Amino acid sequence: MRDFVSRRARVIPPSGIRKFFDLALTMEEVISLGVGEPDFCTPWNLCEASIYSIEQGGTSYTPNRGIQPLREAVSHWLSSHYGVNYNPDTEMIITTGVSEGLDIAIRAVTDPGDELIVAEPSYVSYSPCVTLAGGIPIPVECLEKDHFKLRADCLMEAISPKTKAIIINFPNNPTGAVMRREDLMAISDVVIDHDLLLISDEVYSELTYTGTHASAAAIEGMQERTILLNGFSKAYAMTGWRIGYLCAPRELCDAALKIHQYVMLCAPAMGQVAALEGLRRGEEEKDRMVQEYRVRRNLFVEGLNRIGLPCHLPEGAFYAFPSVDNTGLSDLEFAERLLKDEHVAVVPGSVLGQGGKNHLRCAYAVSRKDLAEAIKRMAHFIATNSH
Amino acid sequence: MDEKDLLLLRLLEENSRLSPDELAIMAEITGEEVQCRIAALEEAKIIRSYTTIIDWERAANGEVAAIIELKVNPERDYGYDRIADRLANFREVKALRLVTGVYDLQLHVTGKTMQDVARFVSEYIAPMDRIRETATHIIMKTYKENGQNFCEKEPGERLPYSL
Repeated sequence: MRDFVSRRARVIPPSGIRKFFDLALTMEEVISLGVGEPDFCTPWNLCEASIYSIEQGGTSYTPNRGIQPLREAVSHWLSSHYGVNYNPDTEMIITTGVSEGLDIAIRAVTDPGDELIVAEPSYVSYSPCVTLAGGIPIPVECLEKDHFKLRADCLMEAISPKTKAIIINFPNNPTGAVMRREDLMAISDVVIDHDLLLISDEVYSELTYTGTHASAAAIEGMQERTILLNGFSKAYAMTGWRIGYLCAPRELCDAALKIHQYVMLCAPAMGQVAALEGLRRGEEEKDRMVQEYRVRRNLFVEGLNRIGLPCHLPEGAFYAFPSVDNTGLSDLEFAERLLKDEHVAVVPGSVLGQGGKNHLRCAYAVSRKDLAEAIKRMAHFIATNSH
Repeated sequence: MDEKDLLLLRLLEENSRLSPDELAIMAEITGEEVQCRIAALEEAKIIRSYTTIIDWERAANGEVAAIIELKVNPERDYGYDRIADRLANFREVKALRLVTGVYDLQLHVTGKTMQDVARFVSEYIAPMDRIRETATHIIMKTYKENGQNFCEKEPGERLPYSL
């Protein structure tokens, strides 16, 4: 029989943490800092709104772009919070999580052979999505000495005549790095000079602990060449609902919409209702969760530095990204043995692209009690394994 | 009161056993500053006491609790304040509030047995001047107290890893 698997599907790598995953499932009392999602339940008023809508029969398809009130609410929210204005009828699509938004954004702009630059370390989907769209992912490393911000000169070095777009994600998974307005301005100069497109995944935007989030689309001259992706998963603890949004200039949005209507049709109806409730009456609950993440960050990062895993203070998202250089172990060895010996699950930085080597991604979206226990177990591990 | 004070209050309300050093790390200030701020909050009687939330049903000490509603004739010049003050002095009264609606005052009362609560109401509360009517509701089960949900609920299972 022929091998039916496509070349594209064959070349994308399997998950770098599969073996860790399988191992963790066999263990008791694992403290997992490997989970990239909030530990909070979705605020109850959002659930109630959704349950009520189901009771009222709100279980059908919605318009392709998403329900009108949600698009209007998102448009208003983006304008009042980040100073970016998108027409809810022509420049926005409610997507099935940011993951779908990312996929249709990449597919809408990528021709075979196009190069898309991916700022790394990063969330694992960007490069495979580029490959699946027929493009070529080109990694550019964000350096620890820059607190993992993307530097314009590093970006310049990755640009070739084939470069079409750049994919960034700030606040960043896995480093917690944040790009301030002035950092983005330096990047935007390069993007504009080279006539490139920016795909900006801002799903952690509300988890910015100092100051307010600067959206890439809010930089002068950038909105016309930016696809802005955001969603409800992280800020509103809504990962399972799968609701995100894509905002882009009309022409790009129309292209993405065509793909969206063929492959997804619409985002889940009940999730859209919950998201709308989040924007209308969920701000206070969201702020409470963000404040708690910040408290946990402070405790956890202090703990990491205290036990000999140097870690800069992440300014956003809910990840700490300590270095394991001092321990004499590689990140893969450290993560595997920490799981086996101490039952603490972390993600080795190597699987998260360039610049991730010898670092660990630790999600502090777990209770303070578990964070304290994790630090205790990690300290014990270091004491027994360092050389 | 600023943002840091509010954060300290929220953290202490949730767990009053946190040490100044822990609070300092959490609130991004020094341990000394934590102590100064807490002292000022105590001085201003914003922090009233440090207590523990106990599920007495679970402790199975057999204590009975009741919500008692009172209709009260307010007093010229004093309104409800003087009668409220008298009521608040009873050890059995754990909480006392002036509320809107059909009744005026709402009491949270505890006693060793249901008879104790009934006796307390009939012998001390009902006969007081200015109290026109009482309604006693024995608490059968507490589902939530001071923001703490007493219902056993396992958190939904999360995957050990997700990127």
